[in-house]
Amino acid sequence: MNQDWPLFEVFIRSRAGLEHRHVGSIHAADPAMAIEHARDVYTRRQEGVSLWVVPSAAIIASDPAEADSLFEPARDKVYRHPTFYEIPDEVKNL
Amino acid sequence: MSAPAAIQDAASGLAAAHVTYVLRLADTSLILGQRLGEWVGHAPQLEEDLGLANLALDLIGQARLLLSYAGELEGRGRDEDALAFLRDAPQFVNLSLVEQPNRDFGHTIVRQWLTDTWQLLLYEALTHSSDARLAAIAAKAVKETRYHQRFSSGWLVRLGDGTAESHERVQRSLDELWRFTHELFAADETDALVAAAGIAPELAALEPAWSARITADLQAATLTRPPAAAYPWHGKRGAHSEHLSHLLAEMQQLPRAHPGVQW
Repeated sequence: MNQDWPLFEVFIRSRAGLEHRHVGSIHAADPAMAIEHARDVYTRRQEGVSLWVVPSAAIIASDPAEADSLFEPARDKVYRHPTFYEIPDEVKNL
Repeated sequence: MSAPAAIQDAASGLAAAHVTYVLRLADTSLILGQRLGEWVGHAPQLEEDLGLANLALDLIGQARLLLSYAGELEGRGRDEDALAFLRDAPQFVNLSLVEQPNRDFGHTIVRQWLTDTWQLLLYEALTHSSDARLAAIAAKAVKETRYHQRFSSGWLVRLGDGTAESHERVQRSLDELWRFTHELFAADETDALVAAAGIAPELAALEPAWSARITADLQAATLTRPPAAAYPWHGKRGAHSEHLSHLLAEMQQLPRAHPGVQW
């Protein structure tokens, strides 16, 4: 069997109203097989109600070498955190 | 024979047929589930290993519900474990197709796809059974089986319309297994009794839809449908190939060596 099936990243929506979250990756020969593999590998314990699979090759990633210039400048801007709001207990998933 | 005796006789005939019919459904799922379980740790990819195990667990889940129900209908105190582990091969009434041994992955896919397509139509029809318990079991099983058919037909197309070697191997498996499909629609007196009582559909009525689905999948897979098989296999009457005894030896060894063992 071909060991070089393309890699797909798997995203699961755990329940209606929530966002899809990255959970891992699988190998598959085609998109239909990728959905079946994601289902069989990652939703065996009722983890979700919806699946996305994305070819890993389609993901454009930031360069770790550029992390300093990309992310450091935010470090001294704590005023961007809206921490002065009181969040009522009834509000979930904010 | 007096009239009341004749009525009683007919009722006990139906009762026995009802037990046998449910047992046939149960055994077909159980044996196919066990066969698929043999792939665990041996499938060509990790993802397929889990995929086949998932199918196996669905099938064994169906078998548990059906065996428990058959035991209740029978009324002799046999539970699912007694029926699964303490019967010998001649008492099993699964279709001959599902006991055929695993060969390569494509062979397993062909066996699965032929059975899935049959079970899907059967379970859909059984959701309208006059037997409410059987209809409820079928309603659960039909969702599982719809996925099974999607899985197996997807692989059939990939292998059939794949490389020259995968095409040739899967066609050979189809040619070998095709002779066991005759039994899928060969109704006997048990089938006739449960169909007349509205418990089960007429088997012959399912054949056109099965045949159409099979032909469509084969076309997509660029495979050739073998000629009609005339040889009547009789797994559902308890006449089995030697393969079933080997399967049962492995499946039943532990509960027979340690009666009542729990783990």
